[in-house]
Formats: sequence, structure tokens, C-alpha cells
Amino acid sequence: MAVYKHSYQAYTGPLTSTSLRFLTLPRYAYQRIFGSRIFLALFLVCFLPPLVAAVFIYLQHNAKALQILQIPINELIPIDAAFFQVFLYIQCSLGFILATLVGPGLVSPDLTNNALPLYLSRPLTRRDYALGKISALLILLSLITWIPLSLLFFFEAKMAGMEWLWKNIRLEIAIVTGAWIWMLVISLLAVALSAWVKWRPIAGALIFGVFIVGGGFGALVNTVLFTNWGSLVNIAAMMDIAWRWLFRGEGTPNSLPVWSAFAGLVGFCGVCLLLLSKKLKAYEVVRS
Amino acid sequence: MQSVIELDNLTIRFGRQTVLKGLKGAFSGRAIGLLGPNGAGKTTLLHTLLGFYPPAAGTGRVFGYDIQREIKKIRHLIGYMPENDSFIADMTGIRFVRMMAELSGLPPSLALERAHETLFYVGLGEARYRKLGTYSLGMKQMAKLAQAIVHGPKLLILDEPTNGLDPPARQRMISLIRDIRATGETALILSSHLLRDVEECCEEVMILKEGEIVVYCNLEEERKANRKFLELEIIGDTQPFVEMAERLGCECAVQGGYRIKMVLPEQVHIRDLYSLAANKQIQIRKLNYKRDSLQDIFLKAMEGNRGSLQA
Repeated sequence: MAVYKHSYQAYTGPLTSTSLRFLTLPRYAYQRIFGSRIFLALFLVCFLPPLVAAVFIYLQHNAKALQILQIPINELIPIDAAFFQVFLYIQCSLGFILATLVGPGLVSPDLTNNALPLYLSRPLTRRDYALGKISALLILLSLITWIPLSLLFFFEAKMAGMEWLWKNIRLEIAIVTGAWIWMLVISLLAVALSAWVKWRPIAGALIFGVFIVGGGFGALVNTVLFTNWGSLVNIAAMMDIAWRWLFRGEGTPNSLPVWSAFAGLVGFCGVCLLLLSKKLKAYEVVRS
Repeated sequence: MQSVIELDNLTIRFGRQTVLKGLKGAFSGRAIGLLGPNGAGKTTLLHTLLGFYPPAAGTGRVFGYDIQREIKKIRHLIGYMPENDSFIADMTGIRFVRMMAELSGLPPSLALERAHETLFYVGLGEARYRKLGTYSLGMKQMAKLAQAIVHGPKLLILDEPTNGLDPPARQRMISLIRDIRATGETALILSSHLLRDVEECCEEVMILKEGEIVVYCNLEEERKANRKFLELEIIGDTQPFVEMAERLGCECAVQGGYRIKMVLPEQVHIRDLYSLAANKQIQIRKLNYKRDSLQDIFLKAMEGNRGSLQA
């Protein structure tokens, strides 16, 4: 169909793979998100902590540099589980801010403008649509969490040698697993709230609210009932228990058992998926 | 000829309400008009064909693919223009149509090319870099049509395409739909309240009433079926002419003394009427076939069920 002809012709060209077509959604989401300079600046800021960590690792293995900078080697932070756990905390906290900015704008505009029938009348199922929207956050958060931290891990392995790598391979597993659990929790929460709350600032505030109110309510239950099970509504506490176990292989004293923290996080993700599936429909059916 | 849609006892229920009641039939028309009063189930039928609602009983097929098991394959072949406002306000026309093309499987570069071409085709070439939120109602309708045809579907489903359009915009929409139909590459299902839209764009019509198909007919054939129904204007003595005609087996009704409505039996032809008139020295000044308009067909269907599906 050439422009000058102005006549209709069917398309007979090649088609893309159906299994990866959902990735069109994050691509278009990024074009919108990165159009904002503030967001771009914030996104770049997220790479500063890994850069600082890389400098730490470099200095740890470069006696000449330490000599020039006049830093005693025993004053440097050791590169161990705590080091990577702290940087995972920092990166996940920055990611949380990004998620509160990006998440609310992912689904709500489609619902506000009644655009779901347009998506779902194409070879795109509700699952593909949800996957596309969630992957917009997953990809973004991966770029600032487990990917830079894994690079740091392998940088340290390169500097310290293969022996260190095999001795600490558990750390890499902890980085990837810990980051993915957190990313799934935060992405599902953000997308589910975006589907239910059309006004973006409110949806963003609610993401904070779930953490703060959940934490407060959990602490209240724990205090009043002299129990630890109130932490099951505290996502941050459950993440903390999961990370501690992943990085150090131990539970958190005076808190939930590790299995219950994992079960709580899985349950939370399940609730978010349920909320999402209730809302992601081409048309609402009014039942009589 | 392969059926465009096949319905096999298709039943849709919303809660306790049965919206589509065991629809049956194979429909192979290139341009099917879907008519019916509000709440007849037109939009529900379209949404079911798109896989939005699961059938409570029975099933349906589009180009032979089952709407429950092979919906992705069906959606590859369909372009859908919804009735209500459906767009993304903060997107430009070109980005919106390109994204929809990519979601239908076009590679990004080809999707961009097709999006430009399609927007020019529907008359939004100059406005393609404007945000959809700034479009007028008519432009939004055209943008909806553009996203429905950008991937060159085999079946185009149009739900009230002329809703809210002024006469020139309506005419433009109708001529685009007719142009798409004329290519022969895309089958159409057009749902509309406006009989004129269906009459101008469709070859076949399906009329729904209270969740049932009460009429499915080919408009041209329906008109041809009434070839023996004539309207005549004569000059001369009407009475003997009518009597002679009735002796031949015609049913006659005289209006105003010179106008006669007549139903001819199979064996009587027009030339017999002319010889009769010549014998009686009567002039036939006007002779028309009375053609059933879509309005007649629709009204008949609404008066009472015609009993069976006439596919």
C-alpha cells in the first residue's frame, strides 16, 4: 500500500515470533518513560552505587593505588556476603523509587482510555499483556539490581582469582535469586495497583503505603499478640529474612521462620496476580 | 467457499441472563451486516468471536478456527474497530497505529511503513504526529479504523463505525469500508444501528433479536425474490384491465384509480401484461419492480420471527 496510491492492500510480509511479541509493550513503555529527563537522571543515579562498589573492589586488589591514596588496607570494607547484601539493599531501594514512578503509568492509561479491547483483539492474550507490562518493570529493575551486582561479583572474581569464585558462588546465586524475588514482588504490586487505581499519583503513593502500612500493622500485631507472625504482612521484613538466608544461610533472630517468609512472599505475589486478573478484561460484564 | 464464521449452538450467559441463545449457522458472505435493536446481542456476538467471552455452551469458528481453542490464530486474521472510544490519549497517531501493527506481528520497520500508509489512507496523514487526545471524534473513528486495518486482516470487524460522525465524515467512512470490501482480500462484519450503513456496505445481513438470529439473507437475492411484485401506472379504464389480470392469476390492488400493485404468478410474464393492455387499449405509463428495502426486511424481522435461519 504505497502512500501515493491511497488504496487498501492486505499485508503479506513477514511476521515476528509470537512468543516474544509481548516485548513490544515494554519497548513502547520505555520510549515514554525515558522521554522524561528527570526519570533519565534518576535512572543514571542508580548506577553510582555499583560504580563506587567497583572502585572499592579495584582498590582492594591494587596495593599501588592504595599507596597513592594513602589508605590502609585494613580500613577497606571486606568484599564478602555483607558487602553484596548492602549493595543489593541500596540498589533495591533505588529500584523501589523507580518502580513507584514507572509502575502506576503502565496499565492505568490503557484502562482509562478503554484500550484493552484493542490489545486483546490482537494475537495477545491477557497473560501476554500482563507479562508485557510486568516485564517493563522487570527489565528496568534488572538493569540496576542483579545485572550490575553480578558484574561486580565477576569483577571481584577476576581480581581475586578462580578460587574465590568457587568459594563464593553462593553469593552470585543469592544476588540473582534475592533480586528476582524482590523484583517480582515490587513489579506485581506496582502493576496490580496500576490496574486498580487510575490516578497515577495515588497509585504511586499506595505502593509506599503497602510497605509502610503493612510494616506498621505487622509491628502492631507482633506487639499486641506477643508473636512474630504479624510480620507476614510486612513485605520489607519478609524480604529481609529471605535475603539474610540467601546471603548468609541463616534465619533472622526473633522473627519469622525462613520458610514462612518465602511462603508469605509467594502468597503476596499470588494476591497481586489475582487482583490483576480481575481487572485485565477486554470488557467488564455486568451480571444480572 | 470457506465459511467466514460458523456458529454451533453458541450460547453466552452473563450471570442468569442468556444473551446469545444457541446460535447456529455457517456464514460465508464477504460483507455481513449485523443488525438488531439494542440488547439484541450484536456486540456480544462480535466480542465472543474475538474470544472476549467464553461460550456457556456450543462454540463458534472463524475461518475454521475454534474460538475457544485457537483464538490466537483467529486474532491473527482479525482487525477490530470497537464501538466506544478506545485509544491511548498521550500517544501520537503514528505511534499508536505502529504499536498496534507490531502487536499484530509486523516487524518494527514494516509496522512504521504500514502505519504511515494506513493513516494516509484513512485521511489522517497530516494529523499523524498529533496526540490522539487532541483528535476530533471523527478523527478518532478514523484512527480506530487505521489500527484495525494496519496489519491487513482477513476479517474486519466494525462495531458501529459511523457512530457520532457528521454526514461528510460518515460518507468518507462508508467509502473506505466499500473500498476495503472491493479489494476482495478482506471479509467484513459490520454491526450498526443504521440500516443505511449496512445497505451501502454489506451484501448479506444477519438480524438478531433477543439473542437469536431471526434473519440471515443476501440482500440482492432478497430483492430478486420480490421480482414478481409490480407497481404499475396506467392511463385508461382500470377495471377491465384488472379483471383480465386477475383471470390470469394475478393479485391486484388498485390505488387512486390509475395505480395498481400487482403480484404475478410464476407463469405470467411482463409481456403478458403488455398484450393485455394492448387488447384493452390501455397505456402502461410506468412499471416498477417493488424491491424490498433493508428497512422492510428489518421491520418484518422485528414484527415476528421468520422462524428459521435463511442462510
